[in-house]
Amino acid sequence: MTTQARDEIKIGGLGASRKRVEDNRFIRGKGNYVDDIVLPGMLHMEILRSPLAHARIVSIDTSKAWAIPGVRLVLTGEMMATRNLAWMPTLSYDTQAVLATDKVRFQGQEVACVIADDPYIAKDACEAIVVEYEALPVIVNPTQALADGAPLIRDDKENQHDNVVFDWEVGDRDGTERAFAQADLVSKLELHYPRSHPSPMECCGSIADFDRSTSKLTVYMTTQAPHIIRAAVALVAELPEHMIRIVSPDLGGGFGNKVPVYPGYVMSILASILLERPVKWIEDKTGNLISTGFARDIYLKGELALRKDGKILGVRMHTDSDHGAFFSDAQPSKFKIGLMHSAFSCYDIPSAHLTARGVYTNKAPGGVAYRCSFRVTEAMYFQERMVQAAADDLGMDQAEFRRRNFVRDDDFPHRTPFGFLTDSGQYGKCLQVGLEAIGYEDFLKQKEEAKSRGRLLGIGISTMTEPLGAGNSREYDILGIKMFDSAELRVHMTGKAILRTGAKTQGQGHETTWAQIVAHELGIPADDIVVEEGDTDTAPFGMGTYASRSTPVAGAAVAMVSRKVRAKARKLAAHLLEVSEEDIEWELGRFYVRSSPETGVSIQDCAYAAYSNMPDGMEPGLENVAYYDPPNLTWPFACYIATVEVDPQTGVWDVLRFVAVDDCGVRINPMVVEGQIMGGLTEAYAMASMQFITFDAQGNCIGSNYMDYLLPTAWETPGWELHEVVTPCPHHPIGAKGIGECATVGGPAAFVNAVLDAIKDTGVRNIDMPLLPDRVYEAITQRHDVSGAPPVKMDDHD
Amino acid sequence: MYPSRFRYEAPRSIEEAIALLQQGGGEAKLLAGGQSLVPLLKLRFASPELLIDINNLPGLDYHKVDPDGTIRIGALCRHADLERSAILASRQPTMAAAAPLVADPIVRNRGTLVGSLCHADPQGDWASVVTALGGHVVAQGPNGRRKIPVSQFVTGPFQNALAYDEIAVEAVIPAPKGTVAGGYLKLERRVGDFATAGVAVAIERSGAVVTRAGIALTGVGSATIDATEAAKALVGSPLSAETIAQAAELAAGAAQPRTDHRGSAAYKRQIVRTFVERILTRVEQSSEKAG
Ligand SMILES: Cc1cc2nc3c(=O)[nH]c(=O)nc-3n(C[C@H](O)[C@H](O)[C@H](O)COP(=O)(O)OP(=O)(O)OC[C@H]3O[C@@H](n4cnc5c(N)ncnc54)[C@H](O)[C@@H]3O)c2cc1C
Repeated sequence: MTTQARDEIKIGGLGASRKRVEDNRFIRGKGNYVDDIVLPGMLHMEILRSPLAHARIVSIDTSKAWAIPGVRLVLTGEMMATRNLAWMPTLSYDTQAVLATDKVRFQGQEVACVIADDPYIAKDACEAIVVEYEALPVIVNPTQALADGAPLIRDDKENQHDNVVFDWEVGDRDGTERAFAQADLVSKLELHYPRSHPSPMECCGSIADFDRSTSKLTVYMTTQAPHIIRAAVALVAELPEHMIRIVSPDLGGGFGNKVPVYPGYVMSILASILLERPVKWIEDKTGNLISTGFARDIYLKGELALRKDGKILGVRMHTDSDHGAFFSDAQPSKFKIGLMHSAFSCYDIPSAHLTARGVYTNKAPGGVAYRCSFRVTEAMYFQERMVQAAADDLGMDQAEFRRRNFVRDDDFPHRTPFGFLTDSGQYGKCLQVGLEAIGYEDFLKQKEEAKSRGRLLGIGISTMTEPLGAGNSREYDILGIKMFDSAELRVHMTGKAILRTGAKTQGQGHETTWAQIVAHELGIPADDIVVEEGDTDTAPFGMGTYASRSTPVAGAAVAMVSRKVRAKARKLAAHLLEVSEEDIEWELGRFYVRSSPETGVSIQDCAYAAYSNMPDGMEPGLENVAYYDPPNLTWPFACYIATVEVDPQTGVWDVLRFVAVDDCGVRINPMVVEGQIMGGLTEAYAMASMQFITFDAQGNCIGSNYMDYLLPTAWETPGWELHEVVTPCPHHPIGAKGIGECATVGGPAAFVNAVLDAIKDTGVRNIDMPLLPDRVYEAITQRHDVSGAPPVKMDDHD
Repeated sequence: MYPSRFRYEAPRSIEEAIALLQQGGGEAKLLAGGQSLVPLLKLRFASPELLIDINNLPGLDYHKVDPDGTIRIGALCRHADLERSAILASRQPTMAAAAPLVADPIVRNRGTLVGSLCHADPQGDWASVVTALGGHVVAQGPNGRRKIPVSQFVTGPFQNALAYDEIAVEAVIPAPKGTVAGGYLKLERRVGDFATAGVAVAIERSGAVVTRAGIALTGVGSATIDATEAAKALVGSPLSAETIAQAAELAAGAAQPRTDHRGSAAYKRQIVRTFVERILTRVEQSSEKAG
């Protein structure tokens, strides 16, 4: 170990598993969440939601609500319309109702809201509102949406004559045709990725505080992207941007659920403007689960063109995605189906073609996110399920089949089948580390041996590389705003510092890891750096935290701003050492004279000089700001391997072992990275085993509370065995890549592949997630595939 | 989530609680562990005018065994007390097996067995256990106490046999006449989940011969199911592969499951069959080992 590296761990720099500084307040119950904030004169808002999934609103009678003492305001769609706020634009260039005017289009849609002295009164008043509905036929899946004569959900839109949101394609149609014509074998698979929900522990909420005397609007809210919200309020509500302050305090998780703009935020803002008092809205768990941004809900028809020797010649995919009542995907790409076409990026496949169709249904809108870069989760699940099915169809070992098709280490930069550019990778090594860790050959023997005693063991592999870290600004924007990010660093005279970025931590640990990047670049101990995010009045403009973009973009900006500060410190050092800048060398935390290494000054000396002893003509102070526009996405990759045992009498399956090999490049804080991976794997396990939202024929949401929407606990969650391969990102200033989502993205297929491997002798090729025991049992005993969302009967609610 | 307005009283004696129930005239609710009632309140599925918190009633937090082997569980005995109970561990295998499968550790710290019986959720675990054991509930009202066999106590989904001014003070498991064996198995999707299907089996034997049997089913009907025919098939002979298979089949037949998002009716029957078989096979094998 070099002296420098040793110093670096000591000061909490790169590679230090420094404890998370934010946890100090969280574990003491001293976090400051939106609901903890109490302002003088604050009122409370409750939302009345539609019990029906599709219905015309005949009338709304609010008179009884107004009559309840303590009620200050009752808002309906009609009143919103007089202010042109009944509808709002979505991030996907559609419109979404803030409060329903004409009809309701999903169960849980916002119909009215009440602002009152306390939340109990507001709730009582909501119950006193009488809404008369005229029920309409309900659509809950793409088949129904596309059927002839299907009722038109979006009759509010001019030129919308069916329920199609988009028809989109990418890739080489003709080349792919040719590849399939040359195939020895075509492997086909139809899959469904069920609807789920990010379900952060803290639901959404806001406190809008409009002060007439200053004309300033302050909104404390649960947002992963405060600056985007400010921009949206400025552009949509036409309030002057400098008079809007968005504050995102501590967040109890986000997972993408807190990127979109929700009606509740808009109503609390309007209510505060009308009443000139702070208005607090705190969503309840059911409201969060039934009305806010869901995830997935997409069907695939996939085909692989195969040569007998195992080479994949081409891939064809068609997706039908269910967007709910409004197309409000929160994703910044110009691709209608997000980054679905990042599928198969780790495989060397000459041709590929994807068609994607999106539909409206009578379900909650606002999808895409859930620890996933814009459909990457679905892309990698589809990919790895298709890969396993193809290996089985060929009768080839699943590890060997992958090995034969991986992009080779010396083949970068590599153009992926759908046209992305990957820059580095060691896919074969990653797989190898995984196979060795799980003891692949031994397990195969064990499995055969168990079979002879009637026990069903299986092993499933999932390997993938995924694009993380939007942008670059050429290809990624939100409402035209480019996907860069920012960091601002101010070093105080004693060498302590404050760092602010345009990202917004919600569990990722930015307060810990950003300081480590600064420590690495400047040699200032991480403990001497405070990190602040989430206040648009103080933070530099940034696009927020989701899609694993913080380390790739904001984290890069942190390194770059530190380098700018170091450049100025170097001038100060030259001045202090009385030599010219060219004669100065840098080592961690210290400048020294090249010819006399023992003569040096610390970064702290330079900081003090910046306030007390700067050379003539130099601006005082030691601070800077950097805006970073990444040249490319980052491409972490991973190999996940699960072994399972299936109980043939009940369909219950248990995970025996799970090995994860992640390559996220240089690890800033290994402990934080491992935390991200373990959390992601837990969510992967959740989706594979139990976590889903479904609807009955009337559009009633099944999964509207935690008795039905199952989050795994420590009890069920398997133990994770973590390994790493490190391939530094070639374009990131410190070689890091995104990691927040890899495990959620790549994990599910490993579980599903393992269960299917265990029951391979039945001839079953697919069970759609979630692999609830009854579905596995059905597959084993009926010897058929089990597809689609689990069935629901109306009278079976509990 | 915000419940409707209610009045709150916390009496210090059973008599006071009964007087309050009479005052409430059917619009009052007793609050024990609150693990079923509070969720209903916050969802406004229940909006009682008066909430009578019985947690301050003295002397009801016991579970104890009489000299003759009768087990008594007071109204304020928590699930967690039963989970950690030395009495159950040594004397009552069906209850001991069920206790750690009820809900999750947090719920078990507050929830009560008697409250669970009163709540009469068809997916509640204790009602099956107490049914399989042939237990009863002791109710106290203005005119004193009466015994209600648990099979008559649960009258339907979320309905019990108590009069509006009665309080259930204890649950009683009668003294066994033979050696006790049994178990409880539950298929849940996740810890804290209600049963997709649950099976309680309780037997007593004299030598190897089964002298009494009870089998009750959770979550596979509109109320707890007492599978009496299945139990009968075990009585009068030693456990054998044949009687076990017969009991399992009869229990599966007694189930009245419905297809829902937890599984198909046929699947739930299969779980009942498998669980009856597994519990009894385990009992048989352990007695073989012992003998
Ligand atoms: C997350 C969660 C998971 C759960 N999972 C399970 C599970 O897997 N299996 C299971 O069996 N249960 C489960 N439960 C329910 C739990 O077991 C409850 O504790 C139990 O059903 C009720 O007991 P309690 O003391 O909490 O009753 P309370 O909620 O206080 O009362 C329930 C009802 O019984 C009445 N009542 C209570 N005590 C008396 C009395 N002494 N006399 C007359 N009436 C009375 C009340 O008025 C009320 O109507 C779960 C609960 C939760 C919140």
